[in-house]
Amino acid sequence: MKRSTRARRAHAQTILLPLLAIVTALILGGILIIVSDLQVIAAFTRIPRQVARPFTDPATQVSLEEALWRHPNEVIVGDAVDVGNRSLRVVEEVTDDRNQISLEEARKLYPELGPGVTIHYNFFQKPGVGLRAAWRSVSVAYSALFEGSIGNPGRMVRAVADWFRGDPSGLSAAFYPLSESLVTSTPYILTGLAVALGFRAGLFNIGAEGQYFVGGLASVFVGYSLKGLPIYVHLPLALLAGMVGGGLWGAIPGLLKAKTGAHEVINTIMMNYIAFALSDWLLNGPMMRPGGYRPISPEIEASARLPRFFGGDIRFHAGFFVALAMAALVYWLLFKTTIGFELRTVGANPHAARYAGMSLTKNIVLAMFLSGGLAGMSGANDITGLIYYMPNAFSAGYGFDSIALALLGRSHPVGVVLAALLFGTLRAGATRMQSVAQIPIDIISILQAMIIIFIAAPEIIRALYRLKRPRVQEPMPESDGDLAEGAPA
Amino acid sequence: MAPILQLEHITKVFPGVVANDDIGLTLQEGEILALLGENGAGKSTLMNILYGLYAPTHGRILIRGQEVNITSPRDAIARGIGMVHQHFMLAPVLTVTENVMLGDEPIRQGLFLDRRRAAERVREISDAYGLAVDPDAEVRTLSVGAQQRVEIIKMLYRSADVLILDEPTAVLTPREVEDLFKIIRNLVASGKSIIFITHKLKEVTALADRIMVLRRGRVVGETTPSTATEGDLAAMMVGREVSLTVNKTPARPERTVLAVDDLRVLDDRHSLAVDGVSLQVRSGEIVGVAGVQGNGQTELVEALMGLRQAVSGRVEIDGVDMTGAAPRTVIEQGVAHVPEDRQEDGLVLEFTVADNLILNTYYQPPYAKGIGLQRQTIDASAERLVRAFDVRTPGIGVAVANLSGGNQQKVIVAREFNRPIKLLIASQPTRGLDVGSIEYIHARIVEKRDNGAGVLLVSSELEEVMELADRILVMFKGAIMADLPADGATRERVGLLMAGVREAPPSERDKEVSG
Repeated sequence: MKRSTRARRAHAQTILLPLLAIVTALILGGILIIVSDLQVIAAFTRIPRQVARPFTDPATQVSLEEALWRHPNEVIVGDAVDVGNRSLRVVEEVTDDRNQISLEEARKLYPELGPGVTIHYNFFQKPGVGLRAAWRSVSVAYSALFEGSIGNPGRMVRAVADWFRGDPSGLSAAFYPLSESLVTSTPYILTGLAVALGFRAGLFNIGAEGQYFVGGLASVFVGYSLKGLPIYVHLPLALLAGMVGGGLWGAIPGLLKAKTGAHEVINTIMMNYIAFALSDWLLNGPMMRPGGYRPISPEIEASARLPRFFGGDIRFHAGFFVALAMAALVYWLLFKTTIGFELRTVGANPHAARYAGMSLTKNIVLAMFLSGGLAGMSGANDITGLIYYMPNAFSAGYGFDSIALALLGRSHPVGVVLAALLFGTLRAGATRMQSVAQIPIDIISILQAMIIIFIAAPEIIRALYRLKRPRVQEPMPESDGDLAEGAPA
Repeated sequence: MAPILQLEHITKVFPGVVANDDIGLTLQEGEILALLGENGAGKSTLMNILYGLYAPTHGRILIRGQEVNITSPRDAIARGIGMVHQHFMLAPVLTVTENVMLGDEPIRQGLFLDRRRAAERVREISDAYGLAVDPDAEVRTLSVGAQQRVEIIKMLYRSADVLILDEPTAVLTPREVEDLFKIIRNLVASGKSIIFITHKLKEVTALADRIMVLRRGRVVGETTPSTATEGDLAAMMVGREVSLTVNKTPARPERTVLAVDDLRVLDDRHSLAVDGVSLQVRSGEIVGVAGVQGNGQTELVEALMGLRQAVSGRVEIDGVDMTGAAPRTVIEQGVAHVPEDRQEDGLVLEFTVADNLILNTYYQPPYAKGIGLQRQTIDASAERLVRAFDVRTPGIGVAVANLSGGNQQKVIVAREFNRPIKLLIASQPTRGLDVGSIEYIHARIVEKRDNGAGVLLVSSELEEVMELADRILVMFKGAIMADLPADGATRERVGLLMAGVREAPPSERDKEVSG
């Protein structure tokens, strides 16, 4: 009885901990946004500022709008009010003309707040102003992030309503952010799966980036060089080429590990550099677009392109479903087949795997082939679904972010999909956050980094939220880890 | 005079488990107190509290009548309590003196290590208690027994009055055990007090002045060797009557299932670990391989299982040449293997009980159809095996890491015994297990023999080999020293062979004749 509750608690924490990690990272990110916002800093410091229009320097000036917002008609006794060069104290009854001003006078003065008047920011006299500024700063940033990644809910509802009334013109713009998020998530899903599958087999595939490149190269070659094929032959062929290309690229370090013991971390990194150089050479040589002088490949045939479902700007393409299908396939392979059982056993305890008669060589090479294949598929997916040719700067670092994704998703396909959606969403929303709220795009990298730190060090989260460590997963502190039987119920 | 050490009402609660429940313990000066209990009874927890590694939830510690607060091993040592751990804490590349002075170095002229002075003290201590350790020897060149004595010197160097020895005999040969007992008696004679942790009954009766038995975190009895028999002690430990001897009928060996001819195998350091071993195991008999650990038994078994390539020689299993065959081929030939290191080699700790039960049959019907695992069949079979082999687990979906050592071993036994086998190779099948589990696993091995399997039992526990085997092979430095029928072998004879002595010295021989 007792033990099963504990097991359930352990299970609940596998879901709860990542969620809390994300929430905590968002909170800390919010604090970071607040403390780096000059408007907020200003609200917390006692510096006189001149109301100016146009407003240029937030350190010494304040916009009229801001000043009115900050100093509405609620001047109270004790406020310091600056008029011209003089600083006057607001009092009930004026006893000293040179330094004081009556409440009535001051209230009269403020509706006329205009350029040239200096106001004071004083947190302790009006804490609400500072707190409101802080809240405004975060909420503007995060709502921009939300609107940039999911969309403006009101606008989306209106667009759908108009569509029912026969006017589909608003749809594309309203759903553009969501489409972009899903498009950005797609390569994350596939490369995340690649690294997760490697983890399950006990292998640290840092080479997803290189495999993504090679997959892209193989796919683009099949895409432009074969002509006249029907789409249901050409497209699968292009995707398969990417998978095989990435797979072979991954299998090389796998084979080196199995046969010589060379560590896959080193070799997959080295294979990355070879892949980058290979791509550079091919795009400047054999695969260069004829008649051009830029290092890009020719465009692939229309028959090798993943279909897009909506016209216009909406780039959402079938590749997203390909990625989800691969996640389902990986889940089935890992947990429902003998192949996955072997991979997981080799990953969890290679000694026991060998004693049980499994071949380490076969499984290491297979795992690296499958892992590389998924990363290659990701490259192929971007070629056939998004860009249609191979540019020189192909990847946005998916191969490296994928390590974080596999960690965040606990190497489980479902977890990886969710983590990839989160990362894709954050990335897609970052652009809008930068343009609307002037929050540097790097804050997203910081957010991601914090999420990963909290996932990697769950003790921090447990300490913050006073969660109990689930005892089931830890060995007992007795000499041989043998207390379980002797435990009084 | 107040006793040198008193523990009063010690309670230690780990989340969900009471590891020590209101334990009281008194140690008189110059006394050997044996702390007896199964794994998980709370012996180690109690001693770790005394040594400052854990803080007790309740209770207090008194030294010579004074209440003390021990929060770290440093505290414990400062108050004269020293502990020799089961796993030695020595730096192999340093000399004995350097190891001993580590953390408490004598300084010369405020700057330089005073090795000479330290070495002198080590020699004094060594001579005073008959420890026979060379202060200038590198620790890695010493035998296990000598390394243990270095650990003891380390504590005496720090002027420990109370020595805690945690399962000190687990790694020793019978001869070394006797030497250790002599040393312990010397220590006591010169006024030291000893707490001796063990789960071996023979040692307790041979050595202790007083015996305290722990079960499930509680003191269940206190007695002396003169008033309690081994049977009484075992019953106290386990909480029920236990049979200490294995019931078995004489063996009826039939055809040869394992024939090894002049096998040579290298170890990981490329030196010859198995040096020309030839042996046969016939169906229906248990052949025990006795020997101190590290004399080539591990490499021999690995070579038989196809896990290690042999340099030369031949292995035949049930008439088929299996020299250099892959592990899976050997397993499919009908060989069951209970590996020496069950957590490292026999189980995947984070996998469930059900998955561990199919670890080497997962690809065969009925557990798999094509590449698809048949989860329902696997689970049904697991439920059946858990019941049949009395594996105490909350469920088949629980990770084996959460099971006790005895139940983990039962999972392996259930898996290996569940398929039709001709040969069983069991390495240290009961190491570290409690009396109850040992009894169970021994009975199962005998049952397999009676059902017509050949059994090769490799064990460094002399008792186990003597009890179980129909024929005893003694292994020393990679070679078979002797092949004895079980009823013709005495403890003394086998013990000497394990130490590499072929002929018994006259005094021993007399004893054998008269006995």
